[in-house]
This record gives sequence, structure tokens and C-alpha cells, in this order.
Amino acid sequence: MSPRPVSTDKQGTTADPNHPLHKLTPEQLEELGREFQAIHDEVYADLGERDAEYIRGLIRFHRRLAAVSRIALLGSGSTIGLVAGTAGLSVAKILENMEIGHNVLHGQWDWMNDPKIHSSTWEWDSASPSSSWKHSHNYVHHTYTNVIGKDKDVGYEIMRVDERQPWKPAYLGQPIYNLLLAALFEWGVAFHDLDLEAMRNGEKPMTQVKEELRGIVRKAMRQVVKDYIAFPLLSGRNWRRTLAANATANVVRNVWAYAIIFCGHFPDQAYTFTEEEAADESMGAWYVRQLIGAANIEGGDTFHLMSGNLSFQVEHHLFPDMPSSRYKEIAPRVKDICDRYELPYNTGPFLKQFGSVQRSLLRLAFPGGFQKRKPGPYVAPEPPASATETNPLRRAFPQVV
Amino acid sequence: MEIAARPQVSALRRVVSRVGRTLTTPLLPDDYFEMLSSRWATRELRAEVIAVRRETPDTTTIVLRPAAAWPGHAAGQYLRLGVHIDGIRHWRAYTITSDDAHPDGLLSVTVKRVDGGRVSPWIATSCRPGDTVYLGEAEGTFVVPDPAPERILMLTAGSGITPIWSLLRSLSRADGVRDVVHVHCCRDEEDFIFAADLLAAGEHHDGYRLLPHYRSERERLTPADLDGLVPDWAERTTFLSGPSAMIDAFAAHWTEYGDRSLLHLERFQPVIGGDATTTPGSGGTIRFRMTEFEAESDGRTSILEAGEATGHALPHGCRMGVCHTCKCTLVSGRVRDLRTGEVLGDPGELIRTCVTAPEGPVELDEGHVVMRGTNARSIR
Ligand SMILES: Cc1cc2nc3c(=O)[nH]c(=O)nc-3n(C[C@H](O)[C@H](O)[C@H](O)COP(=O)(O)OP(=O)(O)OC[C@H]3O[C@@H](n4cnc5c(N)ncnc54)[C@H](O)[C@@H]3O)c2cc1C
Ligand code: FES
Repeated sequence: MSPRPVSTDKQGTTADPNHPLHKLTPEQLEELGREFQAIHDEVYADLGERDAEYIRGLIRFHRRLAAVSRIALLGSGSTIGLVAGTAGLSVAKILENMEIGHNVLHGQWDWMNDPKIHSSTWEWDSASPSSSWKHSHNYVHHTYTNVIGKDKDVGYEIMRVDERQPWKPAYLGQPIYNLLLAALFEWGVAFHDLDLEAMRNGEKPMTQVKEELRGIVRKAMRQVVKDYIAFPLLSGRNWRRTLAANATANVVRNVWAYAIIFCGHFPDQAYTFTEEEAADESMGAWYVRQLIGAANIEGGDTFHLMSGNLSFQVEHHLFPDMPSSRYKEIAPRVKDICDRYELPYNTGPFLKQFGSVQRSLLRLAFPGGFQKRKPGPYVAPEPPASATETNPLRRAFPQVV
Repeated sequence: MEIAARPQVSALRRVVSRVGRTLTTPLLPDDYFEMLSSRWATRELRAEVIAVRRETPDTTTIVLRPAAAWPGHAAGQYLRLGVHIDGIRHWRAYTITSDDAHPDGLLSVTVKRVDGGRVSPWIATSCRPGDTVYLGEAEGTFVVPDPAPERILMLTAGSGITPIWSLLRSLSRADGVRDVVHVHCCRDEEDFIFAADLLAAGEHHDGYRLLPHYRSERERLTPADLDGLVPDWAERTTFLSGPSAMIDAFAAHWTEYGDRSLLHLERFQPVIGGDATTTPGSGGTIRFRMTEFEAESDGRTSILEAGEATGHALPHGCRMGVCHTCKCTLVSGRVRDLRTGEVLGDPGELIRTCVTAPEGPVELDEGHVVMRGTNARSIR
């Protein structure tokens, strides 16, 4: 653990003794690291048939839904075929990218040792080839999470999402980029993965960039041929409607993925860090940074499924290689740790999180900015009074009250 | 990561797959077809367990029907068998004990339960006809040399008898059992795998002399016993298969008193650098491309160990070159096989990091991000 930093930042975050990253002693951090590690190890020791059945079943469900939707769209001349096919394909693409693809590529299912459901072999239905994405997302983003200048997902090199990123006139176009990025998210991700900045800084040899570019072009071609040429052709005279349906499904998936992902890191609650804040951090401090650099979205089971359980972005960042289906189960234990160490647990309803992201994006298009309001430490709710049942009326007539 | 063999598929199916991929990318048409029938799978060779037979109280033979034609093997070779236990696929090597020219294309393996083990107890108690298993390629060099030697000594113990069983069958088919002495060690007759057939052959076949060595009656066999049991042991081509301790003891004996080139041996738990006397290579720097870290090897240290020494939890299984779990793609450079001393590797080739060391600088693509510290994922 690096020594407690002296004030270097005029925003004052580094010097703030209440900053969650600095308030714990090295001993507390070590203990905290052990506690988080214990959750990971317990879940890993318990993984088995139930988990394997979950992902296998989901993959089967996705394939059936995709096949049925594509077939329905061959008959896109009928309104029912068109609407059902488009809706089905949108849902299939969302499931495939989020709960299946993203999580398989994280290695969450590698423990099954099944070469068909494995991070080293999986390819997803997205413009971005999995190999570049695994580097830029799994490695760069998940290691340097929210460290300005290191985590290239902070603004994706085109947007200003944090007031500490220096302003440039190009950011004036941010509201437009924002809309474009939402609609074309998969293409943005593919381009982002190339990491041209690393090439400019000489961190990445030109040969590797060329190789990756070839990979992207090859992958993108296949995707385009499938959605915009082959299936429309197969639909005969309905080709226009199938083309439109496929484009719609891709855009729906893109906008949804964009919304979930932006809600995961850019709401006001989530912290960003300077390079010095993250330098030489201990394992415990790494966990704290992951914990406070992410934010959850509240919702029901279907919502969690459709978000690829990235609605548990906090748990995902603590344990990127843990099967996503376990996040909900461990969330209470994470909250309990937050409660005891007086750390924040970032969460909120979808519209609130999304609203705060959009407000920042608009404001930060212009110079300056505002310090985002951070929540205080998480406090576990008091056990509800009904647990002990002090209300005599309720005790007598539980169904009435 | 460890994968099954590729089944042989017809040219027509390959064309369908290539064309159909336009519609199914990034998946293959197979991924959809195999939901209809597992026989449609064209990427991994599967087999159905069609019979489970008890050989001795702790040994079980399972008979397998491959879903696609079995490409064939030589007697004495082994295959990797993949089984699903509690959601996890485990791979182990097993000698193929079925006839290498089985008329129905069936395969079998004969497995002795290792207490505390993961796979062998599962085969002994949970494996049922109808189960699906995965098959790797036939591997191994423990086969009869060509031409077949005149005078042969077979030295086996416990489940080490399995490759010898296959060798004997293949030899007898070619009329090669002319002067074979077979010393087999086990607890007693009940513990003797394939006892009925071998004891009968010992009685009725002139060229085959069986000398069972039962631990319930005698001391454990040592190399010193050989002179009394098989006086001409040093002149015989010898096939040795048994537990590690036995192999070590006898191999040392051959090196000292016999002709090591006449001794063929099969280890069920191989050791790196144990048998081959290889000269260490130059070593070098290993760059892991996906997770962006570097490791150093002196030429004796495997890539796996060198990578682990930097605190990264690289995938591995057996750590001895059998399971293929540790494979990474070679991006550039060459590596030395620590077992044979051979220098190998072309760009794009998958190499086993547990039994190779860099020969000069190498770059690897580990295929996925490896975690640091204790977030290890070891699949065994
Ligand atoms: C080339 C080759 C051919 C083989 N052929 C056969 C065969 O025909 N029949 C057969 O039964 N086995 C054979 N084996 C051994 C087999 O691959 C497994 O190692 C064995 O079945 C134990 O697996 P497990 O999962 O039950 O034990 P594991 O879970 O792998 O191991 C549990 C414990 O047992 C120890 N152990 C592992 N293997 C053995 C062993 N063979 N003897 C004693 N202790 C051991 C381990 O060190 C560990 O401590 C062969 C191995 C090789 C490399
Ligand atoms: S082959 Fe098993 S770990 Fe390398």
C-alpha cells in the first residue's frame, strides 16, 4: 500500500481523509482483501452441476430463440412475422452479447473446462473480435478500472465523462457522439479495442495494429454479410423488411448495451482515480477501487438477466471471473462488508442512474464541470419491525394489515 | 485448454458447414444442428458408454462407441478420455484395452480406482451405459517395435498391465508370442486384472510364461529378484509398466546392469526430465501477450513455472504434458520440449507450457486474461 498521499489535487479528493480509498488503514485493507477473497473462493469451491446447467440451458434458449426469430423474419411480409421476429431477434442478440458473450469471454465459465463455453474459444455476435476485446476490456479496463489516463473506458477516448479529464473543444460535439455511440455501440467498441492511442504512444507495434485491424475487418464483414445481405436475400421479396428488422435488432441491442454499461461506471456515485492514487496499491485497495468505481442498477430478475447481470456491476468488478448467476447471491455479503468497513455500495434505479449519466455527459461537453456528489457509507437497513412483530393487530390478523 | 479429437466428417458435411456459416456466424451450423442430435456434432469426438464391466473389485472396463469413425490406433497406445463430473469436464489418459482391429469399431479402457482420485472413482461407481464421454487422439510410443523382438520380458504391476494386455494380443495375432516371459505383480489373484485370460494363456500357450507375483504371498518385487526369476533378463527386450516407484527402481537397474536401449517403459504418472537425458536449452524471455506480462526462464524452467513465478495463475492440469490444459498459442519464437530436448514451434502452433521452455525470446497468446494471485483456476 502506498503511503497516504499528500494533497496534490485541487479537487481535493486525494487529500480527503473520508475518501473511501484512503480512510482504511493498511491492516484494515488487508483484512478486507481477505474477506472479499474468501467470498470468491467459497463460490468457486461450490460451482458445479447447477451452474453448468444454467449456462448450458441459457445458451440453448438463445439459439432456439435466434433460430425461430430468423425463420419468422423470412416471412417478414406478415406483420406478425415482422414484429415477433424483430422482437425475438433483439432479445436474442441482447442475451447473446450480455449474459452469455460478455461473461463467457470473462472466463466466468472456464472452470467447466468445456472448450465450447470457454473464454479462449468463444466468439460473439458483435463487430468486435473477441480477442481484441478480451485485451482492452478484460485486461485494461478491469485492471485499471476508472484510473484516468489508464482505463481507456473512461470516456472511450472520445468523451469527457469526468471533470478531471482536461477539456478540449472537440468535446463540444459530445451530445452528438453520445447518440451515435448509443446507436452504433458495437462498432464503437470494435474501434475502441484497436486502441490507437497505444499505437501513437508506441506501446503497441504497428504490426500488431495491422493484424488486429485485419481481424476486425474480417469479423465485421461476416457480421454485415449475415445481417444485411444473406438473410435479406433469403427473404426474397420481403428483403427490405428483413433488412430493416435486422438493423433494428442490432440498434436495440446496441442502445441497451450502451445504457447498461454507461450506468455501470459513469453515474455520479462512481469514483474515478488518478494514476498516483492507484499506484502500488495493495490487494485490499484494489478491491476498494473496484467497489467504488462501479455502480449497480436495481431491478427484477428479468432485468438482471437482460443486463447480463451487469446490473451487479459492483460484484462484477470485484469478481470479474465469477459466474454472473452468482452475483445476486453474494450481493448481501458485499453489502455487509460495506456496512462494516463504512464503504459506499453504489446502486440506484435505472432511470436515476441513467439520468445522472446523461446530465454529466451534457455538462462536461463544456469546460469546467462539477464535482459529482458521492454517497456516504452504506448502512444496512434496520431489520423491519415486522420481523419481531410488535404490532398486535398484525399478529392477530396478518392478512388484513 | 484441453479438447477432444476432431471427428472425421464427410466432404458434404464440411461444405454445408462452410456455406451455412454465413448465416450462423459467429457460431457454426453445427451449434444449431447438435441441439437436434448429438451425432451431428463435428467439432469434438464423443462416444457413448455402451457397457460397464467389473474386472476386479477395484477395476472397471468401460466399452465405448465413438460417434464418428475411430481413426485407429496401435496396440499399447493410450487416449485421453474426457468425462463430465458435477458440471466440470475432466481429462485423464487411459490405455486402450480393446482390440486395435475391433470389428465394430468399439473401444474400451480399463480403469483402476485410485482412492481420493476424481475420475477413476467416478468410472468405478457412477459411469453408466448411455453416458457421453469425449475422446482425444490416440497417443503414445509404447508399442511393439518393428520387427517384433524374438525374446521378450513383460514386467507389470497393478493397472500397469493394461498396455501389456494390448501388446500381447497384437503380438499373438502376428504369431509374435514365441518367447515371452511375463512377471506381473499384484495383491492376489482376485486383484489380477485380466487374470482369467492370462492365466489360461500361461497354461496353454507355449511361447508365453506367466509368473504372477502376489504381494499377499511374497515380498514386493525388486530388481535383485530378476536374476532368479528370469536369468536372461538383460538380453530380453523388456516392456515395463507399473507405478512410478517400480519404474524408477527397474529403470535404474537397467541403466546400471543391463542395456537401457532394450527397455521400453510406460509411466502413468510421467515425470519431466525423468527418463530423457536432455541438455537444457538457452532459455529466454516469455511475453504473454493478452495479459501483458513477461517471465524469464533459464532453459530448465518450463514456461508454465516461469509464468507462475511472476504471480500469474496460468491454466494447467497434469503439469506433465498429458492433459493439454496448459496450451498457449505461440506467436513468435521457438521452444524446447523439456522431455525430449527437441526444439520446435511455428507461429500459430499450440504448445504445452508445462513441458516446454523458451529457446530465445518467445511471445505467447494465452487465449484469455490470466488472473493474478490466488484467483487461480486449476482444472483437474
Ligand atoms: C499414458 C498413461 C496411461 C494410463 N493408462 C491407465 C490405464 O490404462 N488404467 C488406469 O487405471 N490408469 C491409467 N493411467 C492413469 C490415469 O490417467 C489416472 O491418473 C488415474 O486414473 C487416476 O486419476 P484420478 O482422477 O482418479 O485421480 P486424480 O484425481 O488425478 O489423483 C488423485 C491422487 O492420486 C494420485 N494418483 C494419480 N494417478 C495415480 C496412479 N496411476 N496411481 C497412484 N496414484 C495416482 C495423484 O497424485 C493424486 O494425489 C494412465 C496414465 C497415463 C499418463
Ligand atoms: S499438458 Fe497437462 S498441464 Fe500441460
